[in-house]
Amino acid sequence: MSHFFSKERRSETIFRWLLLSSSFLIILIIFSIALTLVIESFPSIKHNGLSLLTGDIWDPVSEKYSVLPFIVGTFITSILALIISIPFSIAASLYLGEYAEGKRSSIIIKSVLDLLAGIPSIIYGFWGLMVLVPVVRKFEEILGIPPLGIGIFTASLILSIMIIPYTTSIAREVIRLVPQDIKEAAYSLGATRFEVIRDIVIPYAKSGIFAGILLSFGRAFGETMAVTMVIGNANYIPKSLFAPANTMASVIANEFAEATSDLYLSTLVSLGLVLLITSLVVNSIGRFIITRFYVK
Amino acid sequence: MEDQVLSIRNLNAYFGDFHAVKNVSMKVYKNTITAIMGPSGCGKTTLIRCVNRLHELTEGAYTTGEIFLRNNNILSMNPIVIRRQIGMVFQKPNPFPTMSIYDNVVAGYKINGIKIDKTEMDAIVESSLKKAVLWDEVKDKLRQKGVFLSGGQQQRLCIARAIAMKPEIILLDEPTSALDPKSTLKIEELLEELKKDVTILIVTHNIAQAARISDYTAFMYLGELIEYDKSDKMFTSPSDPKTNEYLKGCFG
Repeated sequence: MSHFFSKERRSETIFRWLLLSSSFLIILIIFSIALTLVIESFPSIKHNGLSLLTGDIWDPVSEKYSVLPFIVGTFITSILALIISIPFSIAASLYLGEYAEGKRSSIIIKSVLDLLAGIPSIIYGFWGLMVLVPVVRKFEEILGIPPLGIGIFTASLILSIMIIPYTTSIAREVIRLVPQDIKEAAYSLGATRFEVIRDIVIPYAKSGIFAGILLSFGRAFGETMAVTMVIGNANYIPKSLFAPANTMASVIANEFAEATSDLYLSTLVSLGLVLLITSLVVNSIGRFIITRFYVK
Repeated sequence: MEDQVLSIRNLNAYFGDFHAVKNVSMKVYKNTITAIMGPSGCGKTTLIRCVNRLHELTEGAYTTGEIFLRNNNILSMNPIVIRRQIGMVFQKPNPFPTMSIYDNVVAGYKINGIKIDKTEMDAIVESSLKKAVLWDEVKDKLRQKGVFLSGGQQQRLCIARAIAMKPEIILLDEPTSALDPKSTLKIEELLEELKKDVTILIVTHNIAQAARISDYTAFMYLGELIEYDKSDKMFTSPSDPKTNEYLKGCFG
């Protein structure tokens, strides 16, 4: 009996140790990534100082490096992408979670959305170049601005399509979880379906919907390949929504291969560090908002 | 004869192929408490959910027959309109979790976009909570969320929410089955008061509860209305042998 017991105990201990060490490994990896970025950034920080964040010129030839244009470019493209995608994702998630829940149409749309999320970003980039760019160019001709086709607006468009599945799938899930008895209580007071959605479903699910939007934002924030292909790769602070620009991720992808000097390379790494920090800050603010508005 | 408010005529309710309520006819009288009792799955909940047209919210559910609220057939009216005249309290207390106690009481007005001024709204909140015997317990925390109340308080809040709309009838679907005996008693007492203003139709699987509070009792079994009579008569000398067996606890 005692032998049996101790054997049980031992396997239990080993199992727990295995789980703990795996979890610890994750922390270690994240920490070492951050550490690498910091160490590799030293030459850049030493040479550029604070002007890395405050200036507005990125000129590798004269060794003047400021990442501000890319921070601005990143925020503008991701926020614009969110604004474009939110109406579509909320509408789709309400349809899937409330109207068509359990029906065949819901299952079909959901699989297509999953498919959309699984498309490699380089494919989005190709499609953006071949289809979106000419369309945006036509649009720019109508507006009477230089018809480049590439630029912030095109990048935001492609990003908005890429992030729709993320917001939609999370928002659909929380909308589906709104308890039936609360909805019935509203119906029993004479609410229409629209009123139930407006006054019961959305307030109940809002923290989850926000979590979905936040996930999309993070995805848009760091998206590299598709953006690099259609944003126009211009290294200055954009003057309009149709201007070519660069995001933090796209400039790294674009210039990493041609960074010949150690300083150039180190500056790109420090840009990566800035990208990591801003992502973390944006995520923490989002998480704070989610817990603040969590129902029950 | 007392004034009749509700007249159910040859009502059948279905979930797809399943025939849940079979050809039920009964009358409900003004300012009375009518209890519908019967074993689980006998169709008693489905019956009252037909009265405020909630039954049809379920996919594939439909009804035949007629339910008259005075001279109007509920089943051919706009469900949105009828539900504002018939309140409902559910088995599990379900205050709106995102709303304060105050907003829960006037939720019917807010959701439906009925504009009333602040003083009138305050008055509705106070009188509804008083009728639900909850006012003294919550009058100092009306702005707090309703979900922080105890189960019994939550259920009384739901009663206040239902009567705030000044309905002609309120339907209660086993309102005390999730509550402790003390909370149950409190709700039974307030229902006796409430029937002065509103006609009450209550579903219960608790025979003692039906006997304690109701003026009329209906007994349903396997979707059929077996017997419907004044409670005094029903509980002393039931005319149907099935009712007799049920009251003796032989099934259900």
